Amino acid sequence: MKKLIITVVGKDTVGIIAKVCTYLSENDINILDISQTIVDGWFNMMMVVDASAAKKTAGDVCDELRAIGEGIGVQINCQSSEIFEQMHRI
Amino acid sequence: MISRNEVIETNKMIEHENLDVRTITMGISLLDCCDSDVNILCGKIYDKILRYAGKLVKTGEEIEREFGVPIVNKRVAVTPIALVGGCACKTPADYVKIAKTLDKAAKEVGVNFLGGYSAIVSKGMTEADKNLILSIPEALAATEYVCSSVNVGSTKTGIDMDAVRLMGEVIKRTAALTAQRDSIGCAKLVVLCNAPDDNPFMAGAFHGVSEGDAVISVGVSGPGVVKTAIEKVRGADFETLCETIKKTAFKITRVGQLVAREASARLGIPFGIIDLSLAPTPAVGDSVAEILEEIGLESVGAPGTTAALAMLNDQVKKGGVMASGYVGGLSGAFIPVSEDRGMIDAVNAGALSIEKLEAMTCVCSVGLDMIAVAGDTPAATISGIIADEAAIGVVNQKTTAVRIIPVCGKQVGESVEFGGLLGKAPIMPVNGYSPAAFISRKGRIPAPIHSFKN
Repeated sequence: MKKLIITVVGKDTVGIIAKVCTYLSENDINILDISQTIVDGWFNMMMVVDASAAKKTAGDVCDELRAIGEGIGVQINCQSSEIFEQMHRI
Repeated sequence: MISRNEVIETNKMIEHENLDVRTITMGISLLDCCDSDVNILCGKIYDKILRYAGKLVKTGEEIEREFGVPIVNKRVAVTPIALVGGCACKTPADYVKIAKTLDKAAKEVGVNFLGGYSAIVSKGMTEADKNLILSIPEALAATEYVCSSVNVGSTKTGIDMDAVRLMGEVIKRTAALTAQRDSIGCAKLVVLCNAPDDNPFMAGAFHGVSEGDAVISVGVSGPGVVKTAIEKVRGADFETLCETIKKTAFKITRVGQLVAREASARLGIPFGIIDLSLAPTPAVGDSVAEILEEIGLESVGAPGTTAALAMLNDQVKKGGVMASGYVGGLSGAFIPVSEDRGMIDAVNAGALSIEKLEAMTCVCSVGLDMIAVAGDTPAATISGIIADEAAIGVVNQKTTAVRIIPVCGKQVGESVEFGGLLGKAPIMPVNGYSPAAFISRKGRIPAPIHSFKN
């Protein structure tokens, strides 16, 4: 399984999750876990997704999500989950 | 499952604290390129570098995008050229041909430096070693990406004082030949003692003869991350401070280990080592000097600096060692003056001298690094500085180095701007008394008594 972690941070607005989820479904990326909060009007979301069925490379998916974020004024980071597992687990 | 806080912590390190992987360095053996004809040799060298490192930069960029962590440099290190060219090169000019070939190959594969224009002469020089050393000024003046290093001593062999004397002259000539560009040639030339075979950092990287055909080594970084972490334990006792540095070093190194493993798998080249060095850059918040100041020094250079640096260096190693299967290279805090904003400020304020830096090199890697001095500094004085550093290395069984730039036409009080990672250096005052009679003695300094361990 190719697990990616997507984080979205920015000013809350209509349709952030919709935009991200549409992109994911169009690219055969399955959502495994999603959590979201709003602190002082700031939208904060973390998603764990499985990209093993995706045709695009993880690098391309990350770049395209970043571009979607720029389009709606939020910062989207998408990284392979390994970087977090390596750093925070022995 | 990874928690949101862990994700945020990692991304904060990358975005705000300059966490990056400093370099992926591919070591390539050129021993199988040897030929008695210099033109055929150059052709083989060019082909082999392109064949092995052709995808290095692209692979590095892919990993960067996928993991969201910047990989600042992609570099190549080759077998010491004195060995590779020995059979073909009869004059220093022949060696310059190889340097130009290396430069062309480096440019073609897109790396920002290529190391290994080197000679290992810790006990004595062959004719080939000597020709290479004599060719260094022309080679560095005629190339853009090539880095050169000469190892002049080791704990096992002592110090080759003939090479030390020669290197003082070579540094002066390199400065003169690149005088138009503030003697930048010297920024790509390092004189080493106890040089490791697997160092991924420039300018001292080369692919030692103890290595296999090709290897991937990674240098991590993260002074900013360490500084931010210890800001949170300001005033705490040493145990807490040390634990904080260790844990942070562990996290930084794990990122390096991950990148090294990925790069090795994708390029089909074995993983060598992770170098745990804390390497600063001229960027704000990416300074080793600032860590020392956060530990509690008014300015780096103050009494206590050596102790604080020794502790920092040790904790970084203790944290990093557990995070990687293989640790090697230089693995210690770097204290280059021109590449570290806090160091530059300390020199400008008069808080940090060459003598204090020399003391600091006793407890950390690597040595007197990126130090600009007046252009009229005599060659014998530079050789004296090299001999002092080599002695520290030989006696303490550690790597030491000198990368000193006698900037043509500049005097103490002025400064020099190299740009990019090489940064900006104030011209530092050097002790004016002469070691000329000492340096002019021929031969070598014997190995120290504690090297006889058999």
